[in-house]
Amino acid sequence: MGSIYRTLTGGTLRDIALACLAVWFIGLSYGAIAVASGFPLWVPAAQSVLVLAGASEFLFIGIVAAGGNPFAAALAGLLVNARHLPYGLALPDMTGPDMTGPDMTGPDMTGSDITGPGRRWRRLLGSHVMNDESVVFALAQEDLPRQRAAYWACGLGVLLCWPAGAILGALIGSVIGNTGAFGLDAMFPAVILALIMPALRDRVTLGAALAGAVIALAATPFLPAGLPVLLALAGVLIVVITRPASRPASPRAPRPASPRAPGRAPRRAARRAAR
Amino acid sequence: MKDPTLVVAGLLTLSAGTFAFRFTGPLLRQRIAFPPWASRLLEAAAVVLLAALVATTALTKGHGFAGLARPAGVIVGGVLAWRKAPFLVVVLAAAATTAVLRLLGVP
Repeated sequence: MGSIYRTLTGGTLRDIALACLAVWFIGLSYGAIAVASGFPLWVPAAQSVLVLAGASEFLFIGIVAAGGNPFAAALAGLLVNARHLPYGLALPDMTGPDMTGPDMTGPDMTGSDITGPGRRWRRLLGSHVMNDESVVFALAQEDLPRQRAAYWACGLGVLLCWPAGAILGALIGSVIGNTGAFGLDAMFPAVILALIMPALRDRVTLGAALAGAVIALAATPFLPAGLPVLLALAGVLIVVITRPASRPASPRAPRPASPRAPGRAPRRAARRAAR
Repeated sequence: MKDPTLVVAGLLTLSAGTFAFRFTGPLLRQRIAFPPWASRLLEAAAVVLLAALVATTALTKGHGFAGLARPAGVIVGGVLAWRKAPFLVVVLAAAATTAVLRLLGVP
C-alpha cells in the first residue's frame, strides 16, 4: 500500500476517502433496510462482499422482499450491473504490476507480459474491485501509474467500507423493533431515488424512468411480484426512439485508444461524482 | 424470507454474473469496440429499473396501495435530493416524515 501513498496526491487521497465514507454510509442504510425487510443478517453481509455493487443489491433485496422470485431479482440485478462491461472496455489495464515500479514508466504499459499466480490473483481481485467509484477516480488521473494507484486505493476502500457499513447497519436494524414506526420503509425508496437523481437530470433518461415507473405501477395489481420492475424496461424504448434527436451531429467516434479519452459512461459517472 | 436455498441461489447467480461482467471487459478491450450508444442504453436501463423499484416500493404493498405516509416521506426525500441536499438529510427526512405522519394516524 505504500506505493499508493507515494503515487497519489493528498487531494486525490482525500477525495477517495470521502467517497469511501459515503459508500460506508449507504452501506449502513442498506444493511438496516435489508434486515427491516425480513432478511437475516447474512444476506446483506454475503451480498456486500460477493456482489459488491450497491444498486443491484438494493434491487435484489427489494424484489425478493416484495415476494418476487430470487432468480428474477438476480436477472434485474445483472441488468443493472451490465455497465461494468463497458467500464472494463474504457479503462486501460488496471491489474498490471506495481504502480510505481521501474517497469511502469514506458508509454505503453499493458502489463500483459507479466504471468504467474501473483498476476492471476491480482487480476481476479482487480476485477472484483471495479465499481463506479474506482473507475471514476482512475479515469480522472493523468498517467497510468496514478490511474492504477487511484483504482486500487478506491477499489480496496470500497471493498472494506461497503461490507463494514452493511454489517453494522444490519446489526442496528435488528435491534430496532418496529421499523414501520420509524419510517424505515420510506428510507428504501428515498435512498435509491437519491442515488439515481443525478442521472434523472438528463431529460431523456427522466422520460424513460417515468414511463418505466408508470408501467411497473400499472402492472403491480396483476402480475406476480418482481415482474413489474422487469417490465419497466420497456421504458428504455424512449431512449431508443429519441436517440437520433438527442445526439444529432456527432458521428460515432471510434473507441478511444488513450486512457485520457474515457468512454461515455464513466465520463457521465465522473460528472456525477464531481457534484 | 422465502426459501433460503432459493435466495442463496439467486445471490450466487448475481455474484457470479457481476464478476463475469467485471472480468470480461478488460479481456475484450483489445478485440472489440463497444459503441457509445450501447453504453448509454445500459446506463438508461439501470436507471429505469431502479426508478421502477422506487415507484413500486414507495406506493405499493403486495398488490395494493401502501397508504399515504410512505409515499409522502419518499416525496420529501426526492425533493430534497433534487435540490442537492446531503444524502444523510435526504434519508433522514424521508424516514422522519413517514414516522411523524404515522404518529398522527395517517396510514
